[in-house]
Amino acid sequence: MRMFSRIEVKKELTLEETKTDKKAYSLKWLKVLLNSKTGTLGLIIVVFMVLMAILANVIAPHDPAQTDVVNRLVPPVWAEGGNPDYILGTDNLGRDILSRIIVGSRVSLLVGISAVFLAGAIGLVLGLISGYYGGFFDRVIMRTVDAFLAIPNILFMLIVLAVIGPSLMTLIFVLGATTWVMYARMVRGETLSIKERDYVRSARAVGAKDIRIISRYILPNIISSFIVIATLNVATTIILESSLSFLGLGIQPPDVSWGLMLSDGREYLATSWWVATFPGVAITITVLGIIFLGDWLRDVLDPKTKTN
Amino acid sequence: MKFLIKNILRIIPVLFIISLIVFLLVRVTGDPVSLMLPETATDAERAQLRESLGLNDPLYIQYFTYLGDLITGDFGESFRYNQPALGLVLERLPASFGLAFASMLVATLISIPLGILSAIKRNSFIDLFITGGAVLGKAMPNFWLGIMLILLFSVQLNIFPVSGTGSLMHFVLPAITLGTAIAAEMTRLIRSSMLEILGQEYIRTARSKGLLEAVVVNKHGFRNALIPVVTIMALQTATLIGGTLITETVFSWPGMGQLLIQAVNLRDMAVVQAATFIIALLVIISNLLADLAYRYLDPRIKYD
Repeated sequence: MRMFSRIEVKKELTLEETKTDKKAYSLKWLKVLLNSKTGTLGLIIVVFMVLMAILANVIAPHDPAQTDVVNRLVPPVWAEGGNPDYILGTDNLGRDILSRIIVGSRVSLLVGISAVFLAGAIGLVLGLISGYYGGFFDRVIMRTVDAFLAIPNILFMLIVLAVIGPSLMTLIFVLGATTWVMYARMVRGETLSIKERDYVRSARAVGAKDIRIISRYILPNIISSFIVIATLNVATTIILESSLSFLGLGIQPPDVSWGLMLSDGREYLATSWWVATFPGVAITITVLGIIFLGDWLRDVLDPKTKTN
Repeated sequence: MKFLIKNILRIIPVLFIISLIVFLLVRVTGDPVSLMLPETATDAERAQLRESLGLNDPLYIQYFTYLGDLITGDFGESFRYNQPALGLVLERLPASFGLAFASMLVATLISIPLGILSAIKRNSFIDLFITGGAVLGKAMPNFWLGIMLILLFSVQLNIFPVSGTGSLMHFVLPAITLGTAIAAEMTRLIRSSMLEILGQEYIRTARSKGLLEAVVVNKHGFRNALIPVVTIMALQTATLIGGTLITETVFSWPGMGQLLIQAVNLRDMAVVQAATFIIALLVIISNLLADLAYRYLDPRIKYD
């Protein structure tokens, strides 16, 4: 009898402990958010960019495609010869740069996020198969990963774009189909280590099916690393999109993209610095925001991979 | 030696898969005849080419023919230059190597001192400044940095030429552009490698012996931190080559990257394929060299 009550006390204690653990965890979460200046800044930038993309048509002061022959290459409002109608100036066709940047945020975010979803889905499935089942599939998938790693991403994209020809859908497909490798490697590595843990072994011993083990025991353990990588990958994808559009292989006119604006601006460097400057600033700020947010997410969700 | 042979043998399946991917992309997703002929070609020319290419054969036979051509270095002729594609690519290789080498030099000169400095002064203002700079370097699209450098140093200050090659001055802006991108990644890695080494016990021992801090950092710290750094540098080859593609276009640098981008725009598939294989081979070889250097620098490492 005495022994029994002892066990009861102990059980209560552990319950109490888990409660405070949970509370401490959410407190820590809040603390990290408030403590991290870069994380807060990143969140603000990303929210701002998303709102800008959603409300683009409402907040853009001009039609981004509207040309104004009289006001070609007008400098920004604070420079000599600036026109208060065009805050960041106009390009070679007299189109408002501010409006084009606002509307261009749509393409950047759309392509960045869709491509990451595609790459993440491919990488997750292949990584799980490779890590969980091993054997022949594992070898084929890992050699394919090696092959993808041996070719710079941009090169793969160039081959596909040369064959299919550039368009928005091609761009998303190409970016997704070439950046899945990093997800596959991460998911495979994590799966390999998790599937040997005792709780997975006991689940298997009890007779749980593969699909249940994967969805109940493996996926929940991978998901936070996955979210962190995916977030940071949106940043890389946005840069790649702008690079391809800059090379004339991405978004095609009359659609607006920051990379495309940069390639226009390059032609007028000698006379009009603003045309090539502001779209680049927009890309840099957006990417910085996403990197900050991603690093902060890593600190919160995935403390073990935290870098120094 | 056994290690070397084993790794060279491992290259083969990778090249095999690359050839399969390129084959599938080029032959299956697009019509190779319309890709290989200029748009002005007549129907008779198309039918003739289709027959002579063996496109009426089953797919696997086409693939083996294709593989045979690759092994003998036959990538077909560029329809733009009317020359064998491989020769065209190899001709442009020295210019790209020059740019890649200069960029790596810039990246090393920037990242080694800054990486060490920010590790020694961890969490100081200098550290914050350096790591912040590295993040900014990663966030900026590299071609935009190139454009901004042209704007500042060529257009405004008129110090360096806008584009082209010829003199040492031509190297400066492209090398800084590409070098910055690589330095951003390397600085971060050197910093964390250095921090790990400086936390080791033998560093504490060296310090407690009363050695000068400079000796501790240099001899005991940096030399050991160098081991992962060499590998990192070699693994940057893919980034480096990917970067030359765009940097060459920004600065009209007459290298392989510019040739490739032009070929993609013109759909000159023979050149695209030749360049792809050369680049893949370069990346694979440099990764192999990295493994070898790693073994040489740290004899403790044993591969099974």
